[in-house]
Amino acid sequence: MDINDVRGLGSVFALIAFTGIIWWAYGSSRRKRFEDDAKIPFGENEEMPTDSDNKRSN
Amino acid sequence: MSTSFDHPEYNYKVVRQFAIMTVVWGVVGMAMGVFIAAQLAWPQLNFDTPWLSFGRLRPLHTNAVIFAFGGCALFATSYYIVQRTGRTRLFSDTLASFTFWGWQAVIVGAAITLPLGITSAKEYAELEWPLDILVTLVWVAYVVNFLGTVAIRKESHIYVANWFFAAFMIMIAILYVGNNLVVPVSLTKAYSIWPGTIDAMIQWWWGHNAVGFFLTAGFLGMMYYFVPKQAGRPVYSYRLSIVHFWALISIYVWAGAHHLHYSALPDWAQTSGMIMSLILLAPSWGGMINGMMTLSGAWHKLRTDPILRFLVVSLSFYGMSTFEGPMMSIKTVNALSHNTDWTIGHVHSGALGWVAMVSIGALYHLIPIMYGRKAGQMYSIGLINLHFWLATIGTVLYIASMWVNGIMQGLMWRAVNEDGTLTYSFVESVEASHWGYVVRAIGGALFLTGMLIMLFNVYMTTREANKQAGMVAAQA
Repeated sequence: MDINDVRGLGSVFALIAFTGIIWWAYGSSRRKRFEDDAKIPFGENEEMPTDSDNKRSN
Repeated sequence: MSTSFDHPEYNYKVVRQFAIMTVVWGVVGMAMGVFIAAQLAWPQLNFDTPWLSFGRLRPLHTNAVIFAFGGCALFATSYYIVQRTGRTRLFSDTLASFTFWGWQAVIVGAAITLPLGITSAKEYAELEWPLDILVTLVWVAYVVNFLGTVAIRKESHIYVANWFFAAFMIMIAILYVGNNLVVPVSLTKAYSIWPGTIDAMIQWWWGHNAVGFFLTAGFLGMMYYFVPKQAGRPVYSYRLSIVHFWALISIYVWAGAHHLHYSALPDWAQTSGMIMSLILLAPSWGGMINGMMTLSGAWHKLRTDPILRFLVVSLSFYGMSTFEGPMMSIKTVNALSHNTDWTIGHVHSGALGWVAMVSIGALYHLIPIMYGRKAGQMYSIGLINLHFWLATIGTVLYIASMWVNGIMQGLMWRAVNEDGTLTYSFVESVEASHWGYVVRAIGGALFLTGMLIMLFNVYMTTREANKQAGMVAAQA
């Protein structure tokens, strides 16, 4: 096994890691939690502005 | 810097300090930029004085806008966001205060040493070793404080903005130390431990990731918080933000070799740098689209909200410059663009259009909160709007003039007569660039005017807030 095998394995590892991240991010069982995570900036006594709010939001 | 606006839970003091200094250093750094832009149009402006010469003031300009203006913006917003999205106070107020005063000391140190000609001559890493040590100390305190705050958070998930900030500060620590490993020979001079071509590669490994992590990952962290906040809706796709994060940080580090096309760097390294730069388009645009689409269904807010306009236009410039960058990294394109003003235009499309505009938008959102007001409630919304147009027109003038200059220079330098001799001498290309330099100086001056208006608006906001706070105190 020479250095080029290590390089090849590196590419395979990167591909597996990337596929794994996409699987994890887009897995349907995690849909709800990511939707909730996206709302983190809007917690703590701050209301989510409604869509009809035509003015500058807070 | 009144203390009457302190938040019961969060450390807003350090955020307020960094936010104010962002505006101040922005004015200083951009004024320096306009001055050296004018020097290129009218060279007499160096007054035959060494410490006013372009070669010394240019690093002062880049250090001031990247590390003083951009750095303070990153400190302010990261400290703000990590507290708000972790629902906890900063890990250590002492470390926070040390990072503020330490960083200001670094900036003052740079402002003294660079005009004196004390420089390591490495681009974006000009500071000599004693200042490098101070930078490292401040940076370690920053990383410990930020990650310490993440560790004691009360929110179970680490919001995506914090992932970008963490990647930015960890990578910058590694890159900065790696590129600045030197053997000191005196207090003001040291030599790199890296030899020849390896030194060049290490330098651009740092240099390009100063762009990729300092000027991109950190500001994407800013984007992932302030665009949703100002638009009043969560980010378009949180799942895309996860893929965006991992793809961006794992690809950026490999792209630096495109700065060394057609150099002594081995050909395979140049080509791999070019390929990684081309791949980089995908995560860059993934992030840009994610930010833009956050506005879907809320586009009408752009009509009334100049702060949101700053944020959205910054994303357009981000998309534009991250398309232009990969294109310029293609070796055949680079053969035309290398060492021309096209590169300068490209950098400023990112620096003015993306980095400065997203920071300005974030600051207009944040500064009123630091003075006990609602988000975005500045002294004058009309002046924000004026600032927006000055900044946008200034940036467009800047990059358009540099495109024209750059392509013209590239074509003039490569033009050959039938007998193989060069058609133009170098100085002819300099002469032909004169009007481009004039337009660029005008564009820069417009951008600077916008920053001065911002400084006034911020001052008036703090004055109003202090007056109101005084009245409340008197009544109590």
